[in-house]
Amino acid sequence: MNLTADRFKDNVRVALDDDQLQRALTHVRSNFIERRAKAVDALPEFEALREAARAVKDHALTHLDLYLEAYETRVAESGGHVHYAETAADARDVILNICRKAGARTVTKGKSMIAEEVDLNNHLEAHGVEPVETDLGEYIIQLRGEVPSHIIAPAVHVNQDQVEADFRRVHTHLAAERDLAEPTSLLAEARGVLRDRFLAADVGITGANFLVAETGTSIIVTNEGNGDLTQILPRIHIVIASIEKIVPTLEDATTILRLLARSATGQDMSVYTTLSTGPRRPDDPDGPDEYHVVILDNGRTAMLGTEFQDMLRCIRCGACMNHCPVYHAVGGHAYGATYPGPMGQVLDPAIFGLKATHDLPNASTFCGRCESVCPMKIPLPKMMRHWRDKEFERGLSPAPQRWGIRAWAFLARRPALYRLATGLMMRALGNLGSDRGRFQMLPFAGGWTAHRDLPAPEGRTFMSAYRAKAQNKGRKT
Amino acid sequence: MSGRDVVLRKVRRALGVTGEEAARRSAVAERLKKSEPNIIPERGKRDREGRVALFREMAEAVSATVERVAASDDVPTAIARYLREQNLPAAFRAGADPAIGALPWDREPNLTRLSGASDGRDTVGLSCAIAGVAESGTLVLVSGPDNPTTINFLPDAHIVMLSADDIAGDYETVWQRMRERFGAGKAPRTVNLVTGPSRSADIEQTLILGAHGPRALHIIVVG
Ligand code: SF4
Repeated sequence: MNLTADRFKDNVRVALDDDQLQRALTHVRSNFIERRAKAVDALPEFEALREAARAVKDHALTHLDLYLEAYETRVAESGGHVHYAETAADARDVILNICRKAGARTVTKGKSMIAEEVDLNNHLEAHGVEPVETDLGEYIIQLRGEVPSHIIAPAVHVNQDQVEADFRRVHTHLAAERDLAEPTSLLAEARGVLRDRFLAADVGITGANFLVAETGTSIIVTNEGNGDLTQILPRIHIVIASIEKIVPTLEDATTILRLLARSATGQDMSVYTTLSTGPRRPDDPDGPDEYHVVILDNGRTAMLGTEFQDMLRCIRCGACMNHCPVYHAVGGHAYGATYPGPMGQVLDPAIFGLKATHDLPNASTFCGRCESVCPMKIPLPKMMRHWRDKEFERGLSPAPQRWGIRAWAFLARRPALYRLATGLMMRALGNLGSDRGRFQMLPFAGGWTAHRDLPAPEGRTFMSAYRAKAQNKGRKT
Repeated sequence: MSGRDVVLRKVRRALGVTGEEAARRSAVAERLKKSEPNIIPERGKRDREGRVALFREMAEAVSATVERVAASDDVPTAIARYLREQNLPAAFRAGADPAIGALPWDREPNLTRLSGASDGRDTVGLSCAIAGVAESGTLVLVSGPDNPTTINFLPDAHIVMLSADDIAGDYETVWQRMRERFGAGKAPRTVNLVTGPSRSADIEQTLILGAHGPRALHIIVVG
């Protein structure tokens, strides 16, 4: 993965000037929000389900070691293999080894953000194994050499005419004069091209929305049927999932499933919810001969037991980014790390380190919409604040900001001095701004006044106004 | 140390536990054994006819087509008619499910039935669902020689037989039935919950039917 979160501010400038992107983002602003609201309104138990789902995950997380053990026992009983990967590199190695042992040449992939996180495709390619993305959105961005800009709609930044151009560029074996003007013909073409790849693949790699301890089952959720073909056609099925995907029972998975599609796309259920358990059974006419699950840590155990543990409840529905004004303005690539939007602003620093990503927790207006729509009730803004604290503690925030905060802290601990200093400043600003009532430019406040005026203070601090009012009142009674 | 031991040790250190605590172990064992439902929406809590009606309404809302026949003997004719109306070939692939084998196929001599898994060249597939879920109009299909999973995904059109008696209000009821059928803690290789024909909204968020799975899903409710 090409981490560019350290250039976040530059990325934002580029994104705001990108007309294609801005056109594509209008679909996020309208569709997702409306559809989710409708689906949520239609289910009276939605709120109660949120509470129940939170309880499921909190219980699973505080008993994670035991559920992992129960899960791996069940996987082994059904003939599958569990591999643990502490780091992204470990996960890549495990998967490449399985592919090599099988002599695999091509691998079809169901959509997996964990595979993106560990940068699996580049690794496979570098070692002679060709990965083929099969989710339409993932396929489009693979053709374009891009990474997903949204966790459930990876190509949401691409417009239809761009898809057409990409298909014409890559599918050169098809007639040049074919009609691709409609989205339906684009979809039909992708279906045809990918069907052959499905049937030829040696290995299928999917992610997992859940790992069910009760039965040793991995569950994926798709609308296209691509992950589902990936888990049934090739000789080997590899699942890659992070540790927090564990839930105790099928009932627990069900509770979360009732929230997932409604929060994501506004569907009651996605078209396909597929449960895979072990390899094919002796008399099964289809299904893989081998079933492997790679369970990834990659920074998550460091969140357990800390102020960031709640983030591990995330079910990757995407509602937080769909409702985020910052995401709406800049899209997903500007964040410059695997996970965009509010959930990424909390998760990326834990995975990729705060040093490279410390701008992300700051890219928020704290409007709180993400938390209010999050089906798992994750306090996203609060956790962004925790990262900001850490940013300050580790000296990663910009120098002027650090000095400013230090100077303020110095004054704030000395009330008399504080009142004197703020009183003088307010009087000065009040005098300066008294004619127009606002500033169009102000030293040290360029970040604000570049885009809007700063209202001029009236010349008194709150404290002095309050005191004057209290004295007035005292006189009257 | 193996990757497994490293990760489990990190989990335990983070949680401040050893993994030997009796209270934690019994909490986990109990939960796994009991598989208690959390919250089940009221929506599916209806009598048999109410469940059939809701199933139909929800399945049609996601672009499946649903017809109901009085008895399984009517199924071959229903299939022949559907294929004719949709301009589909009078041939389909199905697994070894006795419920399919026992149908009076001689009533529709023009229908060709291929058996076994699909290799991607079938236009039409026929399966039996073990259950329906009224709450969301969802079919539940399990893998095995009776109903190979490839038939659920590779053909252009998928016809599914579902007994009205097997339509449950909610998923939880189905899980319980599966435990009775396959044993607690066990599951067939693949279980598919299918809610409508396949679709994609990956191009400008416009919903289009017929992605990698079937373009059409036709459900025949029997009884
Ligand atoms: S943080 Fe919440 S809203 Fe965002 S993806 Fe995760 S579960 Fe969905």
